[in-house]
Amino acid sequence: MLAILLFLLWFSLPLCNADALSKLLAWDWRPFQGQFGILPMVAGSLLLSFSALLLAFPVSVGICCFAHGMGPAGPAALLMRFVKLMTSVPTVIYGFVGVFVLVPLMREVFRSGSGFSWLAAMIGLAILVLPTIVLMLHSQFMIVEPQVKLTATALGMTPAQRLLHLVVPNSGRGFATALVLGFGRALGDTMIPLMLAGNAPQVPGSVFDSIRAMTAHIALVVATDSQSLAYLSLFACGLILFLSSTLVNLGLQWLGRPDGRKE
Amino acid sequence: MKAGYRLFTSFCWVSALLPVAGVCGLIAFLLRQGWDVLGLKLFFGDTPPLDAIFGFAPVWDGIWPACFGTLAVIALAGLTAIPLGLFCGIHLSEFPRSRFTGLLDFCVNLLAGMPSILMGLFGFALILFLRHTLMPNASTGLLLSGFCMGLLILPYMVKATQSSLAGLPDDLRLMGAGLGFSKSQAIRHILLPSAGRGIMGGVVLSIGRAAEDTAVIMLTGVVANAGLPRGLFDNYEALPFFIYTMAAEYQSPEELQRGFGAALVLLALTTGLFLAAHGLHNAMEKRWKRG
Repeated sequence: MLAILLFLLWFSLPLCNADALSKLLAWDWRPFQGQFGILPMVAGSLLLSFSALLLAFPVSVGICCFAHGMGPAGPAALLMRFVKLMTSVPTVIYGFVGVFVLVPLMREVFRSGSGFSWLAAMIGLAILVLPTIVLMLHSQFMIVEPQVKLTATALGMTPAQRLLHLVVPNSGRGFATALVLGFGRALGDTMIPLMLAGNAPQVPGSVFDSIRAMTAHIALVVATDSQSLAYLSLFACGLILFLSSTLVNLGLQWLGRPDGRKE
Repeated sequence: MKAGYRLFTSFCWVSALLPVAGVCGLIAFLLRQGWDVLGLKLFFGDTPPLDAIFGFAPVWDGIWPACFGTLAVIALAGLTAIPLGLFCGIHLSEFPRSRFTGLLDFCVNLLAGMPSILMGLFGFALILFLRHTLMPNASTGLLLSGFCMGLLILPYMVKATQSSLAGLPDDLRLMGAGLGFSKSQAIRHILLPSAGRGIMGGVVLSIGRAAEDTAVIMLTGVVANAGLPRGLFDNYEALPFFIYTMAAEYQSPEELQRGFGAALVLLALTTGLFLAAHGLHNAMEKRWKRG
């Protein structure tokens, strides 16, 4: 296992010497003029992930509150089961349906461009990361809620009051973990940005502009190009992704550790 | 304040209904578009099914080669990941904690959080490396995809083994010691058979992962029109990639229809696998709940 990881690192590291690095960390991607900046892709990835999280997070919180007392018990259990099922839907199917439903919708409603846009990819990604966040929050609520339920009921609190004033403030760590986990998932996904975002290597000016993520960039360049510096940019992207997923992981461990000690 | 609570309630209802409506709409849309093409013709086109299955006749306008490619990748990935994941999981859950297991644990977590496209990139780099050193004519193909896919699903396997072993009651471990079994005997004859269902659940779940992932195979040897692969090093087709190419560059309504059909097949496959894994997991938990 360790060997695998070292191997991955070893492939990317020597390819990033200082000279090439300065060329890669630029804002222009014009392969035919010898400019191979990957910063637009980095920015694209970050923007996409954050915006998708922004969209998915409130809805996830709503779902969890629904499942923990706001909604009737039967539908709540059904809803959780449904969310679990959502994890099994392949991303390529989200992308596929997105191309034929979401994109024409964007084109019709906003009447701008081709419809392949930041917004479309954002919605797709939000649906993708939703189950991850919901399940994480759900497991946190499962820990917190039994502790406060008796007290809250004795105080005559309604479920809404209990959730808003006791459960939610007491599950801060769960919220953070869910966010980090969702961010990692959104950053790492390839198919939805590739199929929905339009893939123009630029920093978008609005949500209707086309955007290109690092993952999609890797897939595109492998498929089309073979110039040496373009390949370098691939490995640089790979390295950045690798580092960020390592960071996400370290963050998760850091979040998980004090929690384990407390119990 | 009262209005605030009411607002909160309605917000919860809305956000509960939103994704359900979305995903149900998604499935309904796929069913409406793809229902008509479901059938033998979708899989085999105009070729007689038996000939196609055994590779006597090429299939031109069916998705059978793609299905076959997916199955082959799954099989190869399973061959890589299942034994390795099993032993890794056993090691992590049954042997004393040490520095090494801590590191191993971290690596498994890291691997689990790794974007799938990095696995693909890794496979791609491996081929470049082999070309420069040992085998000048190495190229991407089925074997490489299977291997990289195996790496991708390895952490799922490890986690499943680990958690189902950890969920066993301690009596079983004592029983092993009481019977005078050595540690490996106890694991082999008592713990593994008792945890079998949970581990099977993990296997099924990771197979589902392998079936759906597109990014890995995209970089390691899938092509749009390969037919059945002729060997382990040959290029091949796969269902998710087929769906992707159909979305990007379909040329006729019939092709698009086939794309919808393929999407339905893939969805049914992964959902079925997921439900199976879930069922196995539940059965396992029920069995040992008393302990």
